[in-house]
Amino acid sequence: MSQIHEQASLPGCPGCEEPLESGDLFCGACGYDLSAVPAPPGDRPTVAITVPAPSAAGRAPAAPVEWPSASETDSSDLPAPTHRPADLPGTDSGGRPLPTADQAQGPAAVRPAAPDAVRSDRPDDGPEGASGDFELAAPDPRTAEHAAAAGATGGKVCVACRSGRVDTDGYCENCGHAQPRERDHLERELDSVAAVSDRGLRHHRNEDAFAVSSTALPDGSPAVVAIVCDGVSSATRPDEASAAAATAANEALLESLPRGTHPQQAMHEAILAASEAVNALAQEPGRAGEQDPHRHQNAPACTLVGAVMAGGLLVVGWVGDSRVYWVPADRTGPPARLTEDDSWAAQMVATGLMNEAEAYADERAHAITGWLGADAYELEPHTASFKPDRPGLVVVCTDGLWNYAEAATEMAAAVPSDAYERPLHGAQVLVGHALDGGGHDNVTVALLPFAVPSPGAGSACGTT
Amino acid sequence: MANFSKSNVPRFSVDVYQNAYLPEGGREVNAIVTVTSTGGGTTGGVPLADAAPVSTRTPGRAGPSAAVVLMVDCSGSMDYPPTKMRNARDATAAAIDTLRDGTQFAVVAGTHVAEDVYPGDGRLATADASTRARAKEALRRLSAGGGTAIGTWLRLADRLLGAAEVDIRHGILLTDGRNEHEAPEDLRAALESCAGRFTCDARGVGTDWEVKEVTAIASALLGTADIVADPTGLAADFTRMMENAMGKEVADVALRLWTPVGVEIVFVKQVAPTVADLTGRRTGAGPRAGDYPTGSWGDESRDYHVCVRVPEAGIGQEMLAARVSLILPATSGDAAPQTLSQGLVRAVWTDDMVASTSINPQVAHYTGQAELAQVIQQGLDARKSGDFDGATAKLGRAVQLASASGNADTAKLLSKVVDVVDAATGTVRLKARVADADEMTLETRSTKTVRVKK
Ligand SMILES: [Zn+2]
Ligand SMILES: [Zn+2]
Repeated sequence: MSQIHEQASLPGCPGCEEPLESGDLFCGACGYDLSAVPAPPGDRPTVAITVPAPSAAGRAPAAPVEWPSASETDSSDLPAPTHRPADLPGTDSGGRPLPTADQAQGPAAVRPAAPDAVRSDRPDDGPEGASGDFELAAPDPRTAEHAAAAGATGGKVCVACRSGRVDTDGYCENCGHAQPRERDHLERELDSVAAVSDRGLRHHRNEDAFAVSSTALPDGSPAVVAIVCDGVSSATRPDEASAAAATAANEALLESLPRGTHPQQAMHEAILAASEAVNALAQEPGRAGEQDPHRHQNAPACTLVGAVMAGGLLVVGWVGDSRVYWVPADRTGPPARLTEDDSWAAQMVATGLMNEAEAYADERAHAITGWLGADAYELEPHTASFKPDRPGLVVVCTDGLWNYAEAATEMAAAVPSDAYERPLHGAQVLVGHALDGGGHDNVTVALLPFAVPSPGAGSACGTT
Repeated sequence: MANFSKSNVPRFSVDVYQNAYLPEGGREVNAIVTVTSTGGGTTGGVPLADAAPVSTRTPGRAGPSAAVVLMVDCSGSMDYPPTKMRNARDATAAAIDTLRDGTQFAVVAGTHVAEDVYPGDGRLATADASTRARAKEALRRLSAGGGTAIGTWLRLADRLLGAAEVDIRHGILLTDGRNEHEAPEDLRAALESCAGRFTCDARGVGTDWEVKEVTAIASALLGTADIVADPTGLAADFTRMMENAMGKEVADVALRLWTPVGVEIVFVKQVAPTVADLTGRRTGAGPRAGDYPTGSWGDESRDYHVCVRVPEAGIGQEMLAARVSLILPATSGDAAPQTLSQGLVRAVWTDDMVASTSINPQVAHYTGQAELAQVIQQGLDARKSGDFDGATAKLGRAVQLASASGNADTAKLLSKVVDVVDAATGTVRLKARVADADEMTLETRSTKTVRVKK
């Protein structure tokens, strides 16, 4: 839905002076946490993971999600593997149940976490904030836009030292500092979906990628697509892998959905197309001049998570540990996570070898066991289909966000109350949430406001 | 990497090998810069049928214009044994036969004074069948007698070469004895005034010369140094040297290092084919840039180790630590120097310990090769001064490094100076008797390196 940013007469953001709107919890421009004590301008907010309490009765004890049963007829003639409320985890595209703690799984269905089948996507977890900042510190990504705007009049001036010119390689001719790249911070907003991707505070480049689009089914009803990918940083060219995967999956869906392919089948095929695109990168030579043997041991690889809203269905698909969350618009029902990570910890829990606390405390917890790329052990695209009975927000994100809002309730709390009406602003706020938490990884999130097509089924957006 | 080569000069490529990742607080950035020049020097020393242009370079097939001065030691000691003088004459004749047609050349007889015995009168001859024959005739008239003042030979070579309008200026110097008839400062001053004006290979024949004098000449004038212990090997060596000189396509190439504000240069070394510290040879080239001389290039590849210290920066920051480029100086006053190729040395701070603690294999290899050259020198110096324990320790370490890096040539030379008990641990015993030639060969060739096993 198109967002009109009404300029209210409220005072501006303490961080960037962007005009604020009533009810804003975070600044839409820079992600400033407005619930925090105002800090002097330019000072990085130090409030880590300050989550405002949900304004509505969102903290209700975890009741089972009440999904309505799916209609038997669908926009395509293919059997529609929709889910009943009890089937929240969904099925994979082979029709098999997803590996979850709740469902008994034969050991054969789960790949052993052999070292060669595990890749780390998280070079992080160092001491936080202990760094003596570079004396000519790079701008905080939240203020980079403002800095760029300031220098825009006089041509390209270094954002770090503000005196050197920027050379053609993107480095300052005075202090050598790398300049913000286009991909460091990307935003995109369509009528019914928005996405934001940010380099974060601890990585030198953004290896996440996203693609959002909309199209129409054969019956003319809209279909909305969001794909989010996270490059595996222990492999070579992770940024190229994520970009290739997001583009390929998006294009595949834009091709198959209008033809009437069932969205879940379309998602399955899109993941396969993304996989091929990433595999193809392994055959290409690397970027000229990049001699970095440490990073050249593995073929390009990435995770993928996608969501499609079409024909009243919400279809999700994934490989790796990027996730989809569901946050009901009116916050009366509980939020939910719709994906199961391909991760070491998830596998340990699923096989009953460890409980959740033990598994996530292990240093291998976040090692992923599934990914797209030529080195992938065996590609198992997971897809699941849901038929929500009420409007809600679909949060499609990389671990750079969910590391700071892991539980569904935490994610729901981080989503601003008006995100359903203002998805771009909501995505900006979520990125700000991750940056305030430390921004250890690249952060990417797409928000899709899901509307229930039939009128009378609680169509009104929650007011907050 | 970008490549800006023009058609009339060889194609230069620059490849940077480094681990750009630094831990929190990390400041030292090391990179191996491989410079490869191709497309020039294609004649490989084979004389061209067509005469090369005399004064200016013609784009296209013709090779560059070159001038070479051969400096032959004619001091009295060259007659002991008399075969030495005969071998020197034969070797110089072989080198003259290797001159490409059209190359300008002269022969200087060196004693305590220098005399241009061919063509004489402060001129250069242009190589063709008749000038080669006349030059060889002049060689036959050379006789031994007098002292040794190498500085005078170099100054005469400089005057002769400086008068020629050519692309490549090169000298070949042969000596058999110590530079006894001038003060060491005189030779140093001569080298200083000749540096950057022509390149020069230096050879010591027999075992009565001073290794450090000959290597200093080659180092200052960006040429090679070697020992020809057996005078019968001279002709082959002179032919190779001249072929190498004739393969040179472009002169006065500089390695330019640009560094941002606050970045300190720790060192700049050539590390392959030989170790040569260039750190102190920087000349300023604009703000925060400096040029290091690399001499003339044919079809060849050399490696450089650049080490810089960058300001501390936070995790996730990235900066350009240095920009390395190959520069050809302006030919005329108003033209800009030509950038042949360039590479970037980067620094990226990460909290990924696996990334920041790994050492680039090229950097590790050449750090070892540079240490190898250093411990051989220190070991031989200790041995000469009677410090046998020190010599054993240093040469033991050399054996260990040579063995681990696969530097077989150096290992072989070391084994003539020490008995190797265990190469892996560097356990050695000094040999009781070492031939002068073996010790001098090891010292002269100690800077030779091998490249990384791929
Ligand atoms: Zn702001
Ligand atoms: Zn700057």
